Amino acid sequence: MKYMLMMNTMRAGHGVPEWPHKDLQAHIAFMMSFLKELRESGELVAAEGLSFPDQAKLVRADKNGEPITDGVFPESKEFLAGYWIVDVDTPERAYRIAAKASAAPGPGGAPLNMPIEVRPVMSGPPPEML
Amino acid sequence: MPESPDPSTEHLLRELAPQVLGAVIRRFHDFASAEDAVQEALIAAITQWPQQGVPDNPRGWLIQVASRRMTDQLRSDIARRARETAVMLQSELVVPPVDLDPDMNHDDTLILFFMCCHPALTSSSAIALTLRAVGGLTTGEIAHAFMVPEATMAQRISRAKQGIKASGVPFSLPSQREQVQRLRSVLHVLYLIFNEGYTSSSGPDLQRLELSQEAIRLTRSIHKLLPESSEVAGLLALMLLTDARRLARTGAGGVLIPLDKQDRTLWDQAEISEGIALLTAALSKGSIGIYQLQAAIAAVHDDAARPEDTDWPQILALYELLKSASDNPMVVLNHAIAAAMVHGPSKGLELLTALDSDPWLTEHHRLDAVRAHLLEMAGDHPAAITHYRRAASRTTSLPERNYLTTQAARLSETLSDHTNHSSDQ
Repeated sequence: MKYMLMMNTMRAGHGVPEWPHKDLQAHIAFMMSFLKELRESGELVAAEGLSFPDQAKLVRADKNGEPITDGVFPESKEFLAGYWIVDVDTPERAYRIAAKASAAPGPGGAPLNMPIEVRPVMSGPPPEML
Repeated sequence: MPESPDPSTEHLLRELAPQVLGAVIRRFHDFASAEDAVQEALIAAITQWPQQGVPDNPRGWLIQVASRRMTDQLRSDIARRARETAVMLQSELVVPPVDLDPDMNHDDTLILFFMCCHPALTSSSAIALTLRAVGGLTTGEIAHAFMVPEATMAQRISRAKQGIKASGVPFSLPSQREQVQRLRSVLHVLYLIFNEGYTSSSGPDLQRLELSQEAIRLTRSIHKLLPESSEVAGLLALMLLTDARRLARTGAGGVLIPLDKQDRTLWDQAEISEGIALLTAALSKGSIGIYQLQAAIAAVHDDAARPEDTDWPQILALYELLKSASDNPMVVLNHAIAAAMVHGPSKGLELLTALDSDPWLTEHHRLDAVRAHLLEMAGDHPAAITHYRRAASRTTSLPERNYLTTQAARLSETLSDHTNHSSDQ
Protein backbone atom coordinates (compact mmCIF):
# COMPACT_ATOMS: atom_id res chain seq x y z
CA MET A 1 0.00 0.00 0.00
CA LYS A 2 1.30 3.40 -0.91
CA TYR A 3 0.85 6.42 1.31
CA MET A 4 1.71 10.05 0.84
CA LEU A 5 3.15 11.75 3.92
CA MET A 6 2.69 15.49 3.66
CA MET A 7 4.69 17.86 5.77
CA ASN A 8 2.65 20.96 6.46
CA THR A 9 4.38 23.94 7.96
CA MET A 10 2.75 26.87 9.70
CA ARG A 11 2.57 29.86 7.42
CA ALA A 12 3.44 32.21 10.25
CA GLY A 13 7.19 32.72 10.18
CA HIS A 14 7.51 30.80 6.91
CA GLY A 15 10.64 30.93 4.89
CA VAL A 16 14.17 30.14 5.90
CA PRO A 17 14.08 29.26 9.58
CA GLU A 18 16.15 31.66 11.63
CA TRP A 19 17.60 29.03 13.89
CA PRO A 20 21.08 28.81 15.38
CA HIS A 21 23.60 27.31 12.98
CA LYS A 22 24.04 24.13 15.02
CA ASP A 23 20.29 23.48 15.18
CA LEU A 24 19.84 24.05 11.46
CA GLN A 25 22.63 21.63 10.69
CA ALA A 26 21.13 19.03 12.99
CA HIS A 27 17.75 19.43 11.27
CA ILE A 28 19.22 19.08 7.78
CA ALA A 29 21.29 16.06 8.83
CA PHE A 30 18.20 14.46 10.32
CA MET A 31 16.20 14.91 7.11
CA MET A 32 19.01 13.45 5.01
CA SER A 33 19.43 10.39 7.19
CA PHE A 34 15.65 9.94 7.37
CA LEU A 35 15.55 9.78 3.56
CA LYS A 36 18.49 7.38 3.49
CA GLU A 37 16.75 5.07 5.96
CA LEU A 38 13.59 4.98 3.84
CA ARG A 39 15.65 4.20 0.76
CA GLU A 40 17.49 1.38 2.53
CA SER A 41 14.33 -0.13 3.98
CA GLY A 42 13.02 -0.61 0.45
CA GLU A 43 9.97 1.56 1.14
CA LEU A 44 10.71 4.86 -0.58
CA VAL A 45 8.74 5.58 -3.74
CA ALA A 46 9.35 9.31 -4.06
CA ALA A 47 10.17 12.38 -2.00
CA GLU A 48 10.28 16.05 -2.89
CA GLY A 49 10.73 19.29 -1.04
CA LEU A 50 8.79 22.29 -2.31
CA SER A 51 9.82 25.92 -2.60
CA PHE A 52 8.72 28.44 -0.02
CA PRO A 53 5.28 30.02 -0.58
CA ASP A 54 6.71 33.28 -1.91
CA GLN A 55 7.70 31.31 -5.05
CA ALA A 56 4.16 29.96 -5.48
CA LYS A 57 1.69 31.16 -8.10
CA LEU A 58 -2.01 30.47 -8.22
CA VAL A 59 -3.08 29.67 -11.76
CA ARG A 60 -6.58 29.72 -13.25
CA ALA A 61 -7.73 29.48 -16.85
CA ASP A 62 -9.37 32.53 -18.36
CA LYS A 63 -12.31 32.16 -20.75
CA ASN A 64 -9.92 31.26 -23.62
CA GLY A 65 -8.18 28.65 -21.51
CA GLU A 66 -5.13 30.91 -21.12
CA PRO A 67 -3.38 30.91 -17.75
CA ILE A 68 -3.96 33.81 -15.37
CA THR A 69 -1.34 33.75 -12.68
CA ASP A 70 -1.94 35.29 -9.33
CA GLY A 71 1.20 36.28 -7.53
CA VAL A 72 -0.49 36.71 -4.22
CA PHE A 73 -0.61 33.52 -2.33
CA PRO A 74 -3.87 33.29 -0.38
CA GLU A 75 -3.69 33.63 3.35
CA SER A 76 -3.84 30.14 4.76
CA LYS A 77 -2.60 28.90 8.07
CA GLU A 78 -0.42 26.14 6.62
CA PHE A 79 1.42 25.33 3.45
CA LEU A 80 2.83 22.12 2.00
CA ALA A 81 6.58 22.12 2.51
CA GLY A 82 7.32 18.70 1.05
CA TYR A 83 6.19 15.10 0.83
CA TRP A 84 7.29 11.48 0.87
CA ILE A 85 5.51 8.59 -0.86
CA VAL A 86 6.21 5.25 0.80
CA ASP A 87 5.17 1.72 -0.10
CA VAL A 88 4.54 -0.19 3.13
CA ASP A 89 2.81 -3.35 4.34
CA THR A 90 0.45 -1.73 6.87
CA PRO A 91 -1.02 1.71 7.60
CA GLU A 92 0.58 1.49 11.08
CA ARG A 93 3.99 1.39 9.43
CA ALA A 94 3.14 4.56 7.47
CA TYR A 95 2.08 6.27 10.72
CA ARG A 96 5.33 5.22 12.38
CA ILE A 97 7.38 6.71 9.55
CA ALA A 98 5.30 9.90 9.75
CA ALA A 99 5.87 10.13 13.51
CA LYS A 100 9.59 9.93 12.93
CA ALA A 101 9.47 12.82 10.45
CA SER A 102 7.23 14.76 12.82
CA ALA A 103 9.86 14.56 15.56
CA ALA A 104 12.57 16.19 13.41
CA PRO A 105 14.78 18.36 15.62
CA GLY A 106 14.08 22.10 15.75
CA PRO A 107 15.58 24.97 17.73
CA GLY A 108 17.61 23.73 20.68
CA GLY A 109 17.40 20.21 19.26
CA ALA A 110 13.88 19.76 20.66
CA PRO A 111 11.51 17.69 18.50
CA LEU A 112 9.31 19.89 16.30
CA ASN A 113 6.35 17.46 16.48
CA MET A 114 4.99 19.04 13.34
CA PRO A 115 1.78 17.66 11.83
CA ILE A 116 2.31 15.14 9.03
CA GLU A 117 -0.77 14.38 6.95
CA VAL A 118 -0.88 10.69 5.92
CA ARG A 119 -3.16 9.67 3.05
CA PRO A 120 -3.46 6.46 1.04
CA VAL A 121 -2.52 6.75 -2.63
CA MET A 122 -5.35 5.41 -4.78
CA SER A 123 -4.69 2.03 -6.39
CA GLY A 124 -6.01 0.20 -9.45
CA PRO A 125 -9.12 -1.98 -9.51
CA PRO A 126 -9.92 -4.30 -6.58
CA PRO A 127 -9.39 -8.06 -7.05
CA GLU A 128 -13.03 -8.97 -7.62
CA MET A 129 -16.23 -7.04 -8.19
CA LEU A 130 -19.58 -8.68 -7.67
CA MET B 1 18.81 -0.78 -21.10
CA PRO B 2 19.26 -4.03 -22.97
CA GLU B 3 16.77 -4.64 -25.74
CA SER B 4 14.03 -6.90 -24.60
CA PRO B 5 14.61 -10.42 -25.91
CA ASP B 6 12.00 -12.23 -27.97
CA PRO B 7 9.28 -13.89 -25.87
CA SER B 8 10.64 -17.43 -26.36
CA THR B 9 14.08 -16.46 -24.99
CA GLU B 10 12.44 -14.63 -22.13
CA HIS B 11 10.31 -17.68 -21.39
CA LEU B 12 13.33 -19.98 -21.50
CA LEU B 13 15.31 -17.74 -19.13
CA ARG B 14 12.48 -17.61 -16.63
CA GLU B 15 12.07 -21.38 -16.75
CA LEU B 16 15.78 -21.95 -16.23
CA ALA B 17 16.36 -19.31 -13.55
CA PRO B 18 15.42 -21.39 -10.46
CA GLN B 19 17.27 -24.47 -11.74
CA VAL B 20 20.41 -22.44 -12.37
CA LEU B 21 20.11 -20.77 -8.97
CA GLY B 22 19.74 -24.16 -7.27
CA ALA B 23 22.90 -25.44 -8.97
CA VAL B 24 24.92 -22.36 -8.01
CA ILE B 25 23.73 -22.49 -4.39
CA ARG B 26 24.68 -26.17 -4.19
CA ARG B 27 28.16 -25.34 -5.37
CA PHE B 28 28.86 -22.19 -3.35
CA HIS B 29 26.54 -22.58 -0.33
CA ASP B 30 25.63 -18.91 -0.27
CA PHE B 31 22.04 -18.12 -1.24
CA ALA B 32 22.29 -14.33 -1.19
CA SER B 33 25.43 -14.03 -3.38
CA ALA B 34 24.33 -16.87 -5.66
CA GLU B 35 21.03 -15.09 -6.23
CA ASP B 36 22.87 -11.90 -7.24
CA ALA B 37 25.21 -13.86 -9.52
CA VAL B 38 22.31 -15.58 -11.28
CA GLN B 39 20.59 -12.24 -11.77
CA GLU B 40 23.74 -10.97 -13.49
CA ALA B 41 23.92 -14.10 -15.64
CA LEU B 42 20.30 -13.59 -16.70
CA ILE B 43 20.99 -9.97 -17.62
CA ALA B 44 24.07 -11.10 -19.58
CA ALA B 45 21.88 -13.60 -21.45
CA ILE B 46 19.24 -10.96 -22.21
CA THR B 47 21.96 -8.79 -23.76
CA GLN B 48 24.01 -11.46 -25.55
CA TRP B 49 21.62 -14.14 -26.74
CA PRO B 50 19.60 -12.00 -29.15
CA GLN B 51 22.86 -11.13 -30.97
CA GLN B 52 24.91 -14.31 -30.58
CA GLY B 53 22.11 -16.82 -30.59
CA VAL B 54 20.92 -19.07 -27.78
CA PRO B 55 23.78 -21.42 -26.69
CA ASP B 56 23.40 -25.18 -27.21
CA ASN B 57 23.22 -25.76 -23.49
CA PRO B 58 21.54 -22.62 -22.17
CA ARG B 59 21.32 -23.94 -18.63
CA GLY B 60 25.01 -24.87 -18.56
CA TRP B 61 25.86 -21.43 -20.02
CA LEU B 62 23.95 -19.64 -17.26
CA ILE B 63 25.49 -21.82 -14.52
CA GLN B 64 28.93 -21.14 -15.97
CA VAL B 65 28.46 -17.37 -16.14
CA ALA B 66 26.94 -17.18 -12.66
CA SER B 67 29.70 -19.40 -11.23
CA ARG B 68 32.39 -17.26 -12.84
CA ARG B 69 30.75 -14.23 -11.27
CA MET B 70 30.80 -15.99 -7.88
CA THR B 71 34.44 -16.95 -8.33
CA ASP B 72 35.40 -13.38 -9.25
CA GLN B 73 33.57 -12.15 -6.19
CA LEU B 74 35.34 -14.68 -3.97
CA ARG B 75 38.72 -13.77 -5.47
CA SER B 76 38.21 -10.09 -4.86
CA ASP B 77 36.97 -10.75 -1.31
CA ILE B 78 40.08 -12.82 -0.61
CA ALA B 79 42.34 -10.23 -2.25
CA ARG B 80 40.75 -7.48 -0.20
CA ARG B 81 41.19 -9.45 2.97
CA ALA B 82 44.78 -10.21 1.98
CA ARG B 83 45.47 -6.53 1.34
CA GLU B 84 43.98 -5.69 4.67
CA THR B 85 46.31 -8.11 6.44
CA ALA B 86 49.14 -7.20 4.04
CA VAL B 87 49.69 -10.86 3.32
CA MET B 88 49.34 -11.84 -0.31
CA LEU B 89 49.14 -15.58 -0.46
CA GLN B 90 48.17 -16.66 -3.95
CA SER B 91 47.88 -20.21 -2.70
CA GLU B 92 44.92 -19.19 -0.62
CA LEU B 93 42.93 -18.36 -3.70
CA VAL B 94 41.06 -21.60 -3.53
CA VAL B 95 37.90 -21.45 -5.52
CA PRO B 96 35.63 -24.24 -6.57
CA PRO B 97 36.04 -25.40 -10.17
CA VAL B 98 33.54 -24.11 -12.70
CA ASP B 99 33.19 -27.40 -14.58
CA LEU B 100 29.74 -28.87 -14.79
CA ASP B 101 28.38 -30.33 -11.62
CA PRO B 102 27.56 -34.06 -11.83
CA ASP B 103 24.56 -33.24 -9.66
CA MET B 104 23.28 -30.54 -11.96
CA ASN B 105 20.13 -32.28 -13.04
CA HIS B 106 18.66 -31.60 -9.66
CA ASP B 107 15.56 -29.39 -9.74
CA ASP B 108 15.69 -27.14 -6.71
CA THR B 109 12.70 -25.04 -7.69
CA LEU B 110 10.57 -26.40 -4.88
CA ILE B 111 13.23 -25.69 -2.23
CA LEU B 112 13.49 -22.15 -3.60
CA PHE B 113 9.74 -21.66 -3.39
CA PHE B 114 9.76 -22.68 0.28
CA MET B 115 12.75 -20.48 0.98
CA CYS B 116 11.50 -17.32 -0.72
CA CYS B 117 8.03 -17.62 0.83
CA HIS B 118 9.37 -18.34 4.31
CA PRO B 119 6.90 -17.13 6.96
CA ALA B 120 9.69 -15.09 8.60
CA LEU B 121 9.51 -12.64 5.66
CA THR B 122 6.94 -9.89 5.23
CA SER B 123 4.61 -10.50 2.32
CA SER B 124 6.09 -7.68 0.23
CA SER B 125 9.62 -9.12 0.70
CA ALA B 126 8.47 -12.64 -0.10
CA ILE B 127 6.68 -11.45 -3.24
CA ALA B 128 9.71 -9.55 -4.54
CA LEU B 129 12.16 -12.35 -3.77
CA THR B 130 9.97 -15.06 -5.27
CA LEU B 131 9.57 -13.11 -8.51
CA ARG B 132 13.32 -12.64 -8.80
CA ALA B 133 14.78 -15.90 -7.48
CA VAL B 134 12.11 -18.33 -8.68
CA GLY B 135 10.49 -16.28 -11.42
CA GLY B 136 13.76 -15.17 -13.00
CA LEU B 137 12.58 -11.58 -13.42
CA THR B 138 14.98 -8.68 -13.29
CA THR B 139 14.82 -6.14 -10.46
CA GLY B 140 13.84 -3.52 -13.05
CA GLU B 141 10.88 -5.58 -14.25
CA ILE B 142 9.64 -6.20 -10.71
CA ALA B 143 10.05 -2.53 -9.78
CA HIS B 144 8.11 -1.53 -12.88
CA ALA B 145 5.28 -3.94 -12.07
CA PHE B 146 4.93 -2.50 -8.57
CA MET B 147 5.52 1.07 -9.72
CA VAL B 148 8.36 1.78 -7.33
CA PRO B 149 11.92 2.92 -8.19
CA GLU B 150 14.36 0.15 -9.11
CA ALA B 151 16.69 1.13 -6.22
CA THR B 152 13.81 0.63 -3.77
CA MET B 153 13.04 -2.83 -5.16
CA ALA B 154 16.74 -3.76 -5.06
CA GLN B 155 16.82 -2.81 -1.35
CA ARG B 156 13.67 -4.78 -0.67
CA ILE B 157 15.18 -7.89 -2.26
CA SER B 158 18.47 -7.50 -0.47
CA ARG B 159 16.69 -7.11 2.87
CA ALA B 160 14.59 -10.17 2.15
CA LYS B 161 17.79 -12.13 1.60
CA GLN B 162 19.24 -10.80 4.85
CA GLY B 163 16.06 -11.98 6.54
CA ILE B 164 16.53 -15.48 5.17
CA LYS B 165 20.16 -15.49 6.24
CA ALA B 166 19.26 -14.29 9.74
CA SER B 167 16.55 -16.90 10.19
CA GLY B 168 19.06 -19.62 9.25
CA VAL B 169 16.77 -21.47 6.84
CA PRO B 170 18.76 -24.41 5.45
CA PHE B 171 18.83 -24.97 1.68
CA SER B 172 16.85 -28.18 1.80
CA LEU B 173 13.27 -29.33 1.65
CA PRO B 174 11.32 -28.91 4.90
CA SER B 175 10.22 -32.11 6.59
CA GLN B 176 7.09 -33.74 5.22
CA ARG B 177 5.13 -32.50 8.23
CA GLU B 178 6.41 -28.96 7.98
CA GLN B 179 5.77 -28.86 4.23
CA VAL B 180 2.00 -28.70 4.70
CA GLN B 181 2.31 -25.50 6.72
CA ARG B 182 5.01 -24.01 4.52
CA LEU B 183 3.10 -24.78 1.33
CA ARG B 184 0.28 -22.63 2.68
CA SER B 185 2.67 -19.64 2.79
CA VAL B 186 3.87 -20.35 -0.75
CA LEU B 187 0.32 -20.49 -2.10
CA HIS B 188 -0.59 -17.32 -0.23
CA VAL B 189 2.34 -15.44 -1.80
CA LEU B 190 1.37 -16.69 -5.28
CA TYR B 191 -2.23 -15.64 -4.63
CA LEU B 192 -1.05 -12.15 -3.60
CA ILE B 193 1.06 -11.84 -6.76
CA PHE B 194 -1.97 -12.81 -8.82
CA ASN B 195 -4.20 -10.22 -7.16
CA GLU B 196 -1.50 -7.58 -7.40
CA GLY B 197 -1.69 -8.11 -11.17
CA TYR B 198 -5.20 -6.72 -11.03
CA THR B 199 -4.73 -3.90 -8.55
CA SER B 200 -1.59 -2.42 -10.02
CA SER B 201 -2.55 -2.47 -13.69
CA SER B 202 -5.08 -0.03 -15.00
CA GLY B 203 -5.47 -0.96 -18.61
CA PRO B 204 -3.74 -2.76 -21.43
CA ASP B 205 -0.06 -1.87 -21.32
CA LEU B 206 2.17 -4.09 -23.41
CA GLN B 207 5.30 -2.83 -21.70
CA ARG B 208 4.05 -3.79 -18.27
CA LEU B 209 4.86 -7.15 -16.86
CA GLU B 210 1.62 -8.98 -16.31
CA LEU B 211 1.90 -10.06 -12.70
CA SER B 212 -1.18 -12.21 -12.89
CA GLN B 213 0.31 -14.11 -15.86
CA GLU B 214 3.52 -14.52 -13.90
CA ALA B 215 1.57 -15.87 -10.90
CA ILE B 216 -0.17 -18.39 -13.18
CA ARG B 217 3.16 -19.48 -14.64
CA LEU B 218 4.73 -19.96 -11.19
CA THR B 219 1.67 -21.81 -9.90
CA ARG B 220 1.81 -24.06 -12.96
CA SER B 221 5.43 -24.87 -12.17
CA ILE B 222 4.64 -25.79 -8.55
CA HIS B 223 1.65 -27.82 -9.74
CA LYS B 224 4.01 -29.77 -12.00
CA LEU B 225 6.30 -30.42 -9.00
CA LEU B 226 3.45 -31.34 -6.64
CA PRO B 227 0.77 -32.83 -8.91
CA GLU B 228 -0.88 -34.64 -6.01
CA SER B 229 -1.57 -31.47 -3.99
CA SER B 230 -5.23 -30.63 -4.50
CA GLU B 231 -4.85 -27.12 -3.04
CA VAL B 232 -2.08 -26.28 -5.54
CA ALA B 233 -4.40 -27.46 -8.31
CA GLY B 234 -7.24 -25.52 -6.67
CA LEU B 235 -5.22 -22.30 -6.65
CA LEU B 236 -4.19 -22.75 -10.28
CA ALA B 237 -7.84 -23.40 -11.20
CA LEU B 238 -8.95 -20.31 -9.26
CA MET B 239 -6.41 -18.15 -11.09
CA LEU B 240 -7.42 -19.48 -14.51
CA LEU B 241 -11.15 -19.20 -13.84
CA THR B 242 -10.73 -15.62 -12.60
CA ASP B 243 -8.27 -14.59 -15.30
CA ALA B 244 -10.68 -15.92 -17.95
CA ARG B 245 -12.89 -12.88 -17.26
CA ARG B 246 -10.05 -10.35 -17.42
CA LEU B 247 -10.92 -8.76 -20.78
CA ALA B 248 -14.55 -8.35 -19.77
CA ARG B 249 -13.81 -6.77 -16.38
CA THR B 250 -12.94 -3.34 -17.68
CA GLY B 251 -14.40 -1.15 -20.38
CA ALA B 252 -13.04 1.89 -22.23
CA GLY B 253 -10.64 3.92 -20.11
CA GLY B 254 -10.41 1.22 -17.44
CA VAL B 255 -14.03 1.56 -16.25
CA LEU B 256 -14.97 -1.37 -14.00
CA ILE B 257 -17.71 -3.66 -15.23
CA PRO B 258 -19.35 -5.86 -12.57
CA LEU B 259 -19.93 -9.55 -13.24
CA ASP B 260 -23.62 -9.23 -14.16
CA LYS B 261 -22.91 -6.53 -16.79
CA GLN B 262 -19.91 -8.19 -18.47
CA ASP B 263 -19.89 -9.23 -22.12
CA ARG B 264 -19.56 -12.96 -21.53
CA THR B 265 -18.47 -13.65 -25.09
CA LEU B 266 -15.16 -12.03 -24.06
CA TRP B 267 -14.52 -14.69 -21.43
CA ASP B 268 -11.61 -16.96 -22.31
CA GLN B 269 -13.16 -20.38 -22.87
CA ALA B 270 -9.81 -22.19 -23.05
CA GLU B 271 -8.87 -20.93 -19.59
CA ILE B 272 -12.32 -21.84 -18.28
CA SER B 273 -12.10 -25.42 -19.60
CA GLU B 274 -8.59 -25.87 -18.22
CA GLY B 275 -9.63 -24.46 -14.84
CA ILE B 276 -12.70 -26.69 -14.64
CA ALA B 277 -10.69 -29.80 -15.60
CA LEU B 278 -8.07 -29.03 -12.94
CA LEU B 279 -10.74 -28.40 -10.34
CA THR B 280 -12.70 -31.56 -11.15
CA ALA B 281 -9.56 -33.66 -10.79
CA ALA B 282 -8.62 -31.90 -7.52
CA LEU B 283 -12.07 -32.27 -5.97
CA SER B 284 -12.04 -36.03 -6.62
CA LYS B 285 -8.95 -36.34 -4.40
CA GLY B 286 -10.86 -35.77 -1.17
CA SER B 287 -9.59 -32.93 1.03
CA ILE B 288 -11.18 -29.64 0.00
CA GLY B 289 -9.41 -26.40 0.89
CA ILE B 290 -10.18 -22.71 0.51
CA TYR B 291 -8.67 -22.33 -2.97
CA GLN B 292 -10.69 -25.23 -4.36
CA LEU B 293 -13.86 -23.73 -2.86
CA GLN B 294 -13.16 -20.31 -4.35
CA ALA B 295 -12.31 -21.94 -7.67
CA ALA B 296 -15.62 -23.84 -7.51
CA ILE B 297 -17.48 -20.55 -6.99
CA ALA B 298 -15.64 -18.96 -9.92
CA ALA B 299 -16.48 -22.04 -12.02
CA VAL B 300 -20.21 -21.71 -11.30
CA HIS B 301 -20.10 -18.06 -12.45
CA ASP B 302 -18.06 -18.94 -15.54
CA ASP B 303 -20.49 -21.70 -16.40
CA ALA B 304 -23.46 -19.32 -16.80
CA ALA B 305 -23.96 -18.04 -20.33
CA ARG B 306 -26.19 -15.22 -19.01
CA PRO B 307 -26.23 -13.67 -15.52
CA GLU B 308 -29.76 -15.01 -14.98
CA ASP B 309 -28.50 -18.55 -15.62
CA THR B 310 -26.17 -18.37 -12.59
CA ASP B 311 -26.74 -21.24 -10.18
CA TRP B 312 -26.96 -19.08 -7.04
CA PRO B 313 -28.14 -21.89 -4.70
CA GLN B 314 -24.94 -23.74 -5.62
CA ILE B 315 -22.84 -20.61 -4.97
CA LEU B 316 -24.60 -20.08 -1.65
CA ALA B 317 -23.84 -23.67 -0.61
CA LEU B 318 -20.18 -23.18 -1.54
CA TYR B 319 -20.00 -19.94 0.48
CA GLU B 320 -21.47 -21.80 3.47
CA LEU B 321 -18.55 -24.23 3.24
CA LEU B 322 -16.02 -21.46 2.67
CA LYS B 323 -17.34 -19.54 5.66
CA SER B 324 -16.67 -22.48 7.94
CA ALA B 325 -13.16 -22.93 6.47
CA SER B 326 -12.00 -19.30 6.47
CA ASP B 327 -12.39 -16.35 8.84
CA ASN B 328 -11.92 -13.81 6.05
CA PRO B 329 -14.62 -11.11 6.48
CA MET B 330 -14.84 -10.70 2.69
CA VAL B 331 -16.19 -14.25 2.53
CA VAL B 332 -18.97 -13.28 4.93
CA LEU B 333 -19.87 -10.31 2.70
CA ASN B 334 -19.95 -12.42 -0.45
CA HIS B 335 -22.02 -15.00 1.39
CA ALA B 336 -24.60 -12.29 2.13
CA ILE B 337 -24.76 -11.41 -1.58
CA ALA B 338 -25.30 -15.08 -2.50
CA ALA B 339 -28.01 -15.36 0.18
CA ALA B 340 -29.73 -12.28 -1.25
CA MET B 341 -29.65 -13.76 -4.75
CA VAL B 342 -31.31 -16.95 -3.49
CA HIS B 343 -33.67 -15.74 -0.75
CA GLY B 344 -34.13 -12.08 -1.68
CA PRO B 345 -32.38 -8.85 -0.61
CA SER B 346 -33.96 -8.69 2.85
CA LYS B 347 -32.23 -11.97 3.77
CA GLY B 348 -28.90 -10.52 2.64
CA LEU B 349 -29.46 -7.27 4.54
CA GLU B 350 -30.37 -9.26 7.65
CA LEU B 351 -27.03 -11.12 7.42
CA LEU B 352 -25.19 -7.81 7.08
CA THR B 353 -26.69 -6.52 10.34
CA ALA B 354 -24.69 -9.16 12.17
CA LEU B 355 -21.51 -7.64 10.74
CA ASP B 356 -22.14 -4.13 12.09
CA SER B 357 -20.38 -5.06 15.32
CA ASP B 358 -17.18 -6.06 13.47
CA PRO B 359 -14.88 -3.06 14.02
CA TRP B 360 -12.69 -3.92 11.03
CA LEU B 361 -15.59 -4.30 8.61
CA THR B 362 -17.51 -1.22 9.69
CA GLU B 363 -14.50 0.87 8.65
CA HIS B 364 -14.17 -1.00 5.35
CA HIS B 365 -15.85 0.27 2.20
CA ARG B 366 -16.93 -3.21 1.07
CA LEU B 367 -19.59 -3.46 3.77
CA ASP B 368 -21.16 -0.21 2.53
CA ALA B 369 -20.78 -1.24 -1.12
CA VAL B 370 -22.53 -4.57 -0.54
CA ARG B 371 -25.23 -2.95 1.59
CA ALA B 372 -25.83 -0.32 -1.13
CA HIS B 373 -26.17 -3.07 -3.73
CA LEU B 374 -28.67 -5.03 -1.63
CA LEU B 375 -30.65 -1.87 -0.74
CA GLU B 376 -30.90 -1.08 -4.44
CA MET B 377 -32.16 -4.62 -5.09
CA ALA B 378 -34.73 -4.08 -2.32
CA GLY B 379 -35.87 -0.85 -4.00
CA ASP B 380 -34.73 1.47 -1.20
CA HIS B 381 -32.90 3.86 -3.48
CA PRO B 382 -32.33 6.80 -1.09
CA ALA B 383 -30.60 4.48 1.41
CA ALA B 384 -28.67 2.78 -1.40
CA ILE B 385 -27.37 6.17 -2.57
CA THR B 386 -26.16 6.99 0.96
CA HIS B 387 -24.23 3.72 1.20
CA TYR B 388 -22.79 3.90 -2.32
CA ARG B 389 -21.43 7.34 -1.41
CA ARG B 390 -20.06 6.17 1.92
CA ALA B 391 -18.34 3.27 0.19
CA ALA B 392 -16.95 5.66 -2.45
CA SER B 393 -15.45 7.89 0.22
CA ARG B 394 -13.69 4.94 1.86
CA THR B 395 -12.27 2.89 -1.00
CA THR B 396 -8.63 3.39 -1.93
CA SER B 397 -9.15 2.03 -5.45
CA LEU B 398 -9.64 4.74 -8.05
CA PRO B 399 -11.66 2.67 -10.58
CA GLU B 400 -13.84 1.37 -7.75
CA ARG B 401 -14.45 4.91 -6.45
CA ASN B 402 -15.50 5.97 -9.95
CA TYR B 403 -17.78 2.96 -10.16
CA LEU B 404 -19.42 3.64 -6.78
CA THR B 405 -19.93 7.37 -7.33
CA THR B 406 -21.43 6.57 -10.74
CA GLN B 407 -23.86 4.10 -9.15
CA ALA B 408 -24.95 6.78 -6.67
CA ALA B 409 -25.35 9.35 -9.46
CA ARG B 410 -27.39 6.94 -11.60
CA LEU B 411 -29.77 6.20 -8.74
CA SER B 412 -30.10 9.90 -7.85
CA GLU B 413 -31.14 10.65 -11.42
CA THR B 414 -33.83 7.97 -11.43
CA LEU B 415 -35.07 9.43 -8.14
CA SER B 416 -35.32 12.99 -9.49
CA ASP B 417 -36.80 11.73 -12.80
CA HIS B 418 -39.41 10.00 -10.74
CA THR B 419 -40.11 13.18 -8.76
CA ASN B 420 -40.35 15.22 -11.98
CA HIS B 421 -42.79 12.74 -13.48
CA SER B 422 -44.97 12.80 -10.39
CA SER B 423 -45.07 16.62 -10.36
CA ASP B 424 -46.00 16.60 -14.08
CA GLN B 425 -49.13 14.64 -13.36
